[in-house]
Formats: sequence, structure tokens, C-alpha cells
Amino acid sequence: MSLLEIKDLNVTFTTGDGDVNAVNGVSFDIDAGETLAIVGESGSGKSQTAFATMGLLARNGRSSGSVKFDGKELLGLNASQLNKVRSQEIGMIFQEPMTSLNPYIRISEQMAEVLTLHKGMSKSDAIKESVRMLDAVRIPDAANRVRSFPHEFSGGMRQRIMIAMSLLCQPKLLIADEPTTALDVTVQAQIMDLLGDIRRDFGTAIILITHDLGVVAGFCDRTLVLYGGQIMEEGTTDDIFYQPSHPYTKGLLEAVPRLDRADTELATIAGEPPDMSRLPKGCPFSPRCAQVIEGTCLGQRPPLATFDGHRRRACHLAVSEVA
Amino acid sequence: MSDPLLSVRDLSVTFDVRKQGAWPWTPANKLHAVSEMSFDLQPGECLGVVGESGSGKSTLARAIVGTVPSSNGNILFEGADLANMDVRQRRVHRRDVQMIFQDPLAALNPRMTVGQIIAEPLITHEPSTPRAEVKKRVASLMERVGLLPNLVNRYPHEFSGGQCQRIGIARALILNPKLIICDEPVSALDVSVQAQVVNLLMELQRDMGLSMIFIAHDLSVVKHISDNIIVMYLGRQMETASSRTLTTAPEHPYTQALISSVPIPDPKLEAQRVPALLEGELPSPLAPPSGCVFRTRCPKAQASCAGDRPALHDLGNGHVVACPFHEPVQVLATQAG
Repeated sequence: MSLLEIKDLNVTFTTGDGDVNAVNGVSFDIDAGETLAIVGESGSGKSQTAFATMGLLARNGRSSGSVKFDGKELLGLNASQLNKVRSQEIGMIFQEPMTSLNPYIRISEQMAEVLTLHKGMSKSDAIKESVRMLDAVRIPDAANRVRSFPHEFSGGMRQRIMIAMSLLCQPKLLIADEPTTALDVTVQAQIMDLLGDIRRDFGTAIILITHDLGVVAGFCDRTLVLYGGQIMEEGTTDDIFYQPSHPYTKGLLEAVPRLDRADTELATIAGEPPDMSRLPKGCPFSPRCAQVIEGTCLGQRPPLATFDGHRRRACHLAVSEVA
Repeated sequence: MSDPLLSVRDLSVTFDVRKQGAWPWTPANKLHAVSEMSFDLQPGECLGVVGESGSGKSTLARAIVGTVPSSNGNILFEGADLANMDVRQRRVHRRDVQMIFQDPLAALNPRMTVGQIIAEPLITHEPSTPRAEVKKRVASLMERVGLLPNLVNRYPHEFSGGQCQRIGIARALILNPKLIICDEPVSALDVSVQAQVVNLLMELQRDMGLSMIFIAHDLSVVKHISDNIIVMYLGRQMETASSRTLTTAPEHPYTQALISSVPIPDPKLEAQRVPALLEGELPSPLAPPSGCVFRTRCPKAQASCAGDRPALHDLGNGHVVACPFHEPVQVLATQAG
């Protein structure tokens, strides 16, 4: 059995301009100790998939489908049941480390709260454990700095604290939503190195949500490509990068300037990311796709089909045609 | 070689920072945002400036445009010193140097239509231009940057990020400037849209013979678009070289660390990449380390680094490095393509 099984997840937001379908029928699973990348541009539904899993949708959002963690259904749980799952079983780190920490409360209090609440530890034990975890994420002089406030740390340090906090109860799954997007590239290298160590030392499964293909290439076993709230393609990271089977994945890979290549003109994907409240009836990528088949692609949504044994793709074209 | 369009000599920009509640007569702390920078920009060239947050790259841009006064050194634009310009010269300078900003939506006035936004610089600087002429130029420019001219009466919020950036580019181009300063123009955009805007900027630069200063933290984008690159750290110039030299044979330890930190979208190359992880934190710009500012985190640091500020070593072909222990290291795994 997989650690996390998501089946036909839909997320809809009710807004003044009508319903916005942020996630449309996303299904995937992740095994214990595995790392999965969810790649997509803004509005692709990658973050909302994670928020729905954790029961963190905004008030006007609702989700349907099934999210099973260790065989237990998470959708539809009430807040107190969800609170048990959050942090104890699934940890999450967010993009902006400053806004995720309470600026008025010392790090020691914020971290100890997790342990006293979830593990019933005494305050002093909880602080000791917090210091140990801060050491593990390589915060220098953790025993003294644990008494500091969030603003006394730099962005990279705050992200380390977030990681330490999410790992306090040793969750089996860590969801990292754009953990390095707000950070400088040398700090990003440190944080990714740290996440790699955590995967190795604790055996935590990690879902890495990002738009940065470089980070994915170095870190993840499997990759899921989302567009317009739907899965375009799924496969091992090597498959996705070396044999993309979807025009969107292919376009995305060619649009990234690369440090290791001599300069050639960047390939572009025409048009703009989709307006989620007015998605086309067929394939969400069809208005921008260079290989669009007029009637079929615009009219019918391509099914997510398995091929090559372990890969999945949603495209009307044959695999050989996407080359 | 022809005369440089822009020549920056020993430029320093400092800000006075007072502690909250300090007495008015207590001397302010000096924050050295940019410190003794020198470089030239040739006409038609694109100069990239990379550095992490707090490295002073945006302050450098602002000083060149003239919105931040320099505290030392000279900025010579076509031979004229920015600090000594009278009002008339300054107005001409403002025409000739235009800027493109990071957050495309925030840079546009939400109460003005796209047409008004693009036309505003033209109407300000050439008020006598007939309305019909203004309209014609706005329409042709919109077409040039890839916007449908019939969208001229729409407001910025009706556009996506990429389109807003195109509006910003059109506004910067309407006066036919000589120099465009792009401050993180694509970092707020999605990958697929980023490629469109990068291609547009490169095309415009080539076709209109523009000179460009391209500031970004994303080394891959800067390398793609620039002829030469300056690497900044804590307000100082660490290394300057052609983009090819800088990426294939960087000499400064900081440049090497920076390049080795950039992830490459290729799983096999990523497996070989060994990032040189920097120890510690960026020092405070209020109290930068003595001597070389990078020495507190440098793997090659020696006792002598704390003494004098490292001189710029000229290695020829415009390659300058501020480190006495410089040596070329090939950081990238392969040089395919």
C-alpha cells in the first residue's frame, strides 16, 4: 500500500465571478521514503493539491475525491482530527518562511508547542528536543538562539527553522511547497542539501512542489507535471527530462535557459497560462500547444493513460508524435 | 574601441541609517550599498549584474538612472558626469536612460489605460507631439512588443504578468532611449512566459541597437542575455568577465560558489554537481568585514585577506577579479551544446 493515495481530487473555489476549478481530477500516490516532484506554473493547481491534502483550503474552497494516508481517508475529517494528522503524520513547509512563523512568539515557544500538544511532552523536554532538531538542521549555536524571535534570523535560517519544526514529530511525509523560491541561490543549495540529508537520515517521503526544473532534476525520484489543474504527465524524473511525452513538458524544458549550454535562442510556449475560471473544454494546454489537433484537442479532454508500464500521460497525440 | 556609452568610476552609494529613537545629533551609521564600483558599458552591449539579495545591484541601477545620489565617484553617461548635470541635461539623461522593473503590475498605474501608460513618457518629454502621432507610435510599439493594439484602452489589471511586463517594455522604449536598465524583469514570471520576455528583450536590443544593463539573481538568465557579467557581493565587484568566461572558467571563489549552486535541469548532470556550500551568513552591510568582504565565508581565506581591500586583478579581455588567490576552476560538469 502506498503511503499517500490521492484519487480523483477536485478543488473548487466559489468566487464572485463564478466557480474556479483549481484542481481537476488529480490522482497519484507516493510510497514511503520516496520523493515526488509536482511541477507546474502559477495556477497549475500544484499548491492547492497540497493544501487540499492537509485540509488547509481557503474558506471558499471545497474538495472532493479521495485522499488516503496510510489507508485512512483525510478528506472530510474535522479540524481536531486533522490536527492529529498535521505535523504528526504529514509535515508541511511553505514558501515564505517569515509569514509562516509567528513574529511575536519566540522560536522556543513555537517549537515546544508542537511537542507538548502532539506528544504530551513537558515544556523543558520539548525545548531540549527542539534544540536537538535545530542542531540537526544546522542552526549554529542552537541552544542559545532557540530563545530568539523569528525576525532575528535570515531567510535561509527561518526556512531551516520551519523544516526543523515540521520534523519535530517525525512525520512520514513532508510536503515542501516551493521551499526555496524566496531564497538566494547559494542558500537554496544549502536548503536542498539539508532536505537530502533529512530524506536519508529520517527516511521521510517528500513531495516537492516547485516551478524550478533544476531543483527537481537533482532531487526527485518521480515527477508529476501539472497544467490547468490537471496531470499532463507522470514518470520517473529521468523519463520526464530525457523522454518527455507531452508537448507541454517538452516546451517547458526547452524554455529554460541553461548555464551549461552555449546560448541558442530560447524556445517559447506561445500565449499565457490559462484563466482557471474559463478553462477550455478539451485539453487545458490546447490553446498554447504547437501540435494541437483542431477538433479533438479543443473538444475532448484527453484521458490520463498508462504507457511504458509505469508512466502516465494525458495527450491525444501518440508518444512518437511528441518528439 | 569606441567610447563607452556609460562609464562608472569608483562609484559608492551610502545610506545613512539611524537607530530608532537615536538623538538627532548622534552620527548616523553608514550603510555601504555600493562600494567603489568601476565598469564601462559599450554602445549596443548588454551588461549583466548578478548578486544575491543585499548585494547592491538594485542600488547600482538606481544610481545610474539618477534616483539615488552617489556619495563618491563618477557616473559618466556619454562623457557627461551625472553629478554635475544641470536641469536641462538631467532631463535629456532621463530620456536616454529608461528602466524596466521587477513587479510588472506594481510598476503600472492601475488608474491609467495601457495607451496612457505607454504614451506618458512621450507626452512628458515631447509635449508638442500631435495626438495622432502619439497614437500611431503607441500602436506601433504595442505591436512591436507583442500586444494587440486594440487593447489600448484596457487597464493593467486586465492583463497577465507577462503582458504587463510587455507594457512596461513598451513604455521604456517609446522615447527611443540609448540605455535600458532592467531590474529583475523576468523573476516574477512563469518559465514559459519568462522565455518569451527574454527573447523579446534580446530581439529589441539587437534590432534597435540598444545598450542594456540586465540585473537579476538568476545566473542562467543573465548568462543567456548578457555579453559581459559583473558579480557583486555586499556592494562590491567580485569578478567581471564575458559571460562565457565567467561561466566556464570563473576565477573568484564567490563566483565559483555561485555557479556551483545553480541547479541544472538535467538529472545526470545534477547527480555530478557538487555545490560549494558557503558557510555562515551574509554579513551586515552596516559593518562589513575588513579587507575582502567575502573572507568570512571564503574557503580560500587567509589572514592577509583581513588587511587591505583586494585589488582588482586584470586578466585581459575585460576579465577582472578582486582576489589575490584567483585561479580558474571549471565548475560546471560539462559544456554540452
